[in-house]
Amino acid sequence: MAQAATAEQQKPKTVGRGNRPPRGVMMRGGEQVKDPGKLFKRVWNYMMAGYKWYFVIVVICIILSGVATIIGTLFMRTLVDDYIVPLTKMADPDYGPLAQAVLKMCGVFLIGVFSSWLYNRLMINVTQGSLRRLRVDLFHKMESLPIKYFDTHSHGDIMSVYTNDVDTMRQLISQSVPQIINSSITFLMTFVSMIVLSVPLTILSVVMVIVTLAVSLSLAKVSGNYFAEQQTRLGDTNGYIEEMVSGQKVIKVFTHEAKAIEGFNTKNDALRESANNANKIANIMMPINANLGNISYVLVAILGGVLALSGHFSLTIGTLISYLTLNRNFSQPITQIAMQANAIMMALAGAQRVFDMMDAEPEVDNGYVTLVNVTEDRDGNLVECEERTGRWAWKHPHQADGTITYEELKGAVTLNGVDFGYNDDKLVLHDIQMYAMPGQKIAFVGSTGAGKTTITNLINRFYDIQDGKIRYDEININKIKKADLRRSLGMVLQDTHLFTGTVMDNIRFGRLDATDEECIAAAQLANADAFIRRLPDGYHTMLKGDGGNLSQGQRQLLAIARAAVADPPVLILDEATSSIDTRTEQLVQKGMDALMAGRTTFVIAHRLSTVRNADCIMVLEQGRIIERGSHDDLLKLKGRYYELYTGNKAEVPPNFPSELQTDAEYLEET
Amino acid sequence: MKYSPMLREIKEYKTATALTPLFTALEVVMEVLIPYVTAMIIDRGISAGSMSNVIKYGAVMLGMAALSLLFGIGAGWFGAYSSTGFARNLRKAMYEKIQTYSFSNIDKFSTAGLITRMTTDCTNVQNAFQMILRIAVRAPLMLIFSLVMCLIINKQISLMFLGVLVLIAVIAATLGMKVMRLFREVFKRYDDLNASVQENVSAIRVVKAFVREDYEDEKFMKAAFNLYDLFVKAEKRMVIMMPGMMLAIYAVMIGIGWFGAHFIVQGTMTTGTLTSLFSYVMSAMFSMMMLAAILIMLTMSAASADRITEVLVEEPDIVDPEDPLYEVPDGSIRFDNVHFTYKKDGEGDENLHDIDLEIRSGETVGIIGGTGCGKSTLVSLISRLYDPDPTPEGAEKPYGGVYVGGHNVKEYDLQTLRDKVSVVLQKNELFSGTLIENLRWGKEDATEEECVRACQIACADEFIREMPDGYQTHIEQGGTNVSGGQKQRLCIARALLKDPKVLILDDSTSAVDSATEARIRKSFAEDIPETTKIIISQRIVSVQDADRIIVMDDGGIDAFDTHENLLATNKIYQEIYDTQMNGGGDFDEPQ
Repeated sequence: MAQAATAEQQKPKTVGRGNRPPRGVMMRGGEQVKDPGKLFKRVWNYMMAGYKWYFVIVVICIILSGVATIIGTLFMRTLVDDYIVPLTKMADPDYGPLAQAVLKMCGVFLIGVFSSWLYNRLMINVTQGSLRRLRVDLFHKMESLPIKYFDTHSHGDIMSVYTNDVDTMRQLISQSVPQIINSSITFLMTFVSMIVLSVPLTILSVVMVIVTLAVSLSLAKVSGNYFAEQQTRLGDTNGYIEEMVSGQKVIKVFTHEAKAIEGFNTKNDALRESANNANKIANIMMPINANLGNISYVLVAILGGVLALSGHFSLTIGTLISYLTLNRNFSQPITQIAMQANAIMMALAGAQRVFDMMDAEPEVDNGYVTLVNVTEDRDGNLVECEERTGRWAWKHPHQADGTITYEELKGAVTLNGVDFGYNDDKLVLHDIQMYAMPGQKIAFVGSTGAGKTTITNLINRFYDIQDGKIRYDEININKIKKADLRRSLGMVLQDTHLFTGTVMDNIRFGRLDATDEECIAAAQLANADAFIRRLPDGYHTMLKGDGGNLSQGQRQLLAIARAAVADPPVLILDEATSSIDTRTEQLVQKGMDALMAGRTTFVIAHRLSTVRNADCIMVLEQGRIIERGSHDDLLKLKGRYYELYTGNKAEVPPNFPSELQTDAEYLEET
Repeated sequence: MKYSPMLREIKEYKTATALTPLFTALEVVMEVLIPYVTAMIIDRGISAGSMSNVIKYGAVMLGMAALSLLFGIGAGWFGAYSSTGFARNLRKAMYEKIQTYSFSNIDKFSTAGLITRMTTDCTNVQNAFQMILRIAVRAPLMLIFSLVMCLIINKQISLMFLGVLVLIAVIAATLGMKVMRLFREVFKRYDDLNASVQENVSAIRVVKAFVREDYEDEKFMKAAFNLYDLFVKAEKRMVIMMPGMMLAIYAVMIGIGWFGAHFIVQGTMTTGTLTSLFSYVMSAMFSMMMLAAILIMLTMSAASADRITEVLVEEPDIVDPEDPLYEVPDGSIRFDNVHFTYKKDGEGDENLHDIDLEIRSGETVGIIGGTGCGKSTLVSLISRLYDPDPTPEGAEKPYGGVYVGGHNVKEYDLQTLRDKVSVVLQKNELFSGTLIENLRWGKEDATEEECVRACQIACADEFIREMPDGYQTHIEQGGTNVSGGQKQRLCIARALLKDPKVLILDDSTSAVDSATEARIRKSFAEDIPETTKIIISQRIVSVQDADRIIVMDDGGIDAFDTHENLLATNKIYQEIYDTQMNGGGDFDEPQ
């Protein structure tokens, strides 16, 4: 955990994610979408790319199916006016023309149904295709982001982009957009048909629709406020539940049950109240709209009746009947658009977060020195070659004269006057000097937060330094391509992360072209072979959920095997902590020792054995190296190292603040 | 019924719960009658050329609309009232139930499981409940009424329509079932995809250290493309449904138009009733679709209801005795042939076996041993967080119990016992609130002086004073704004405030540096000599000064003796000592 912890201590405080409401536009601090129009255009372009023609067809199909629906409604008028009424007047009814009309309608309906199917079918490709691209782009982007991004954004928030935010965008693309097109077209066509049928009645209908809309919007506003309140209180209650249930065992131990219930009841009741208000208003919206529709119907019937009976505006009975049906469908698309508007705002808030991540600054890499395999020709010169030779060299193209030189990889790392801070305004490492000769073992010790992990983060350029120089085989690491730099460094982190896949896959993660034999050899070197063979499927056992079915020690052994198969010249090891038992601890230790042999190693040490035979021990405190030397030298010094090692007070007054102040300092930082 | 423990929680919302479907039903009646009146307006008013009839039936319709509005608002109102009330009661009931749970009950559900049940599941049930009260009543009623009205208007046409309806229902159900199965598969893959994102987010350092960005990218791309194929496959089937429904509606419309024309010509039907027939057919179709949607939603929330019911029916396995003791005489502890198993189904191995132990009051005892050897389990029996196993059939010797102050722990009032046997758990929690509020968990009415005193013993006072707000410092949820070592010292102080007869530290100083830990041990010896102290640790240094040390191995006690004797005679102890002192000792404080 030291890895995460150190970074967390330094990083600016991000909003806690524990009591974030699960969903909704109000979450994450109720941020506002800055420029909805521009954002919508961006989503639109994203969607259209590659699906332009699909979309053209979709729009045509929506229009066709809309037309079919309208014709279907108008069919009533034709039926009554043009066929049934004449039929009733005939002595010998001839159903021929009616049959023809019905057949024609069949054709229209079939076209309508077909286009409706087609646009729905095409929208699947548009939606899922856009989503696939969105996910792939997001992931691709994520992999390119610097470690800093992950240290300053809570993992829950990053995950929420993939789940909640992409989901709201799915709704936007698959539902809101077609729905709005559909509703607008239906509205337009209904409107046009209504005007064609009767202008005065249309005026009446429009007035009624405006009334309906005004009522719905004002209700929506009230309920919107209540829903926002409900979200806040839901978040509040959920946060309380999360905190209390997580600490349930402590509650039991302190017999604090009654108190816990009391606190809960207050929050629970408040939640119920706002939920009740929000739901009430949302619930009555539907009957109000429906009955305003009924009133509109009656008014139109009365006005239409008057007009039809008095013979004004050439309104026939058939027309009136059709009109009444159209009138029923008139307010529907408008209410739908109003409802979609809300969904769109919510989706845009999600889209904003998606694009924020897509726009995040990726890791920059200006390095040009690369790592290549080399062999020696007869004259003893290094020659680059394709195959793995076990010998590596830095390929160094010189811009000045266009020549290329090769420098054999040895594994010497030096730090010279290095200053570093996670933020520009606060340094956490001061003037670090360090020389590691090829094959040497350097140990870092010191209390949590002293900066041990930070130093290793600088060597592999997870973070870039503020001042000073880091050199690798005399080359400034800024000149080395990051990928090549990292490939030359093997890392075993304290909190081991494994990936879903077989044990073999996980070991091979270290070097993708390693054969099964090489992987097994690496496992043997790491002392992991024995336990792997005891797993149900041996090397082919599937690991799931970060290797949850393995013990901490076993996971650590796998991580060592993974680094072993990569066979890097320089190693960075963050040792496991005491939470593994003595026997496993010894196994892990042996694995690490085997791996370290012959390599330059930086080790963040927790165990005395590692430290004692280190070539040099750096004692870090408050971001400075306060003592350095071999084990024996440092013990003789009777300073901080002596104190850490023996648990006794140092005899020499320490030249650094005491642990007490460290804690206070730490608090200030967080 | 399976859900009756859940439904019992409707309690004071019974009336509202009953009124909701009643109002809904009345609303439906109005809604169904309205098209009938519209037919009157057309037939007797407009077609007959009678304006007075238009106005008469128009007035009737307005009256009905007003009633419908009233009923609708009533249904919405009571629906919201009862469902949110029900959810409130459910949360309350679950929360109160969880408070009565013993540790093994909590273990059974897991913390994350309990949280989901109280949050997401509860919201699901609230929505489903409202849905049942309102729409699940509405849709079938609407369907039935509409069909009845159709039959009243015209039998032949209605029967034809009914036939089509049944056909659609059958086809939709079969298709729906298939699609559901496909979707379940799709969602599983979707979860897997998200899991792999999660994996990458948390393991980003490993990915970057091994330069595997492109490799992971490709892996993810493959998974995303697979997911796309599956989604398209499933949705392809689903989009047939909607146009299929439309096709059926159109077919019915054409059929009604054709036959209706005949009936009108024959004089058995009017143009007005033809219009209302159309409306009834539409609303019947619509209700059927709604019914399908509800069924899908209900099956989905049934899982939530099941999970909530599980919490409600779970019986706490540790309860207060009938006639409890309210006084713990002293801090002596005795284990009498104690056996313990976490898994009560008889499957798992014993986690503790043959434990016989006597600890004197005021003694300091260390416990050491590898992970999983039963150290924490052993001490959790003392404050009765778990109960030991009963004697099984065929045991040579009857299994015994755990005694504190000479009495079996089962005889004590739980609160009394847990106040006097104070445990600092391995995974300890602070709660959001001020620092002193957290301390007062130990003793509700503790004065500031008492709190300071406890903090001094736990060596916490020194860093609290350094904080800008001292004892009023706000602690974030989970205590994230104090370091691991500080948190542990605060937890010790909190436990000390109970003024316990027995104090148990379960690996509670692991993040405290050696020097401070030594001072805490010293103040324990000087300030609370009467209290029995049990210290579990991974580190020899932490326990070597204890009066006696228990060495545990694989659920049993390997030895119980002083440091010197153990070093001389006990193999396991020697091994641990050697690795720690001469090889594998712990250097800095782990997190």
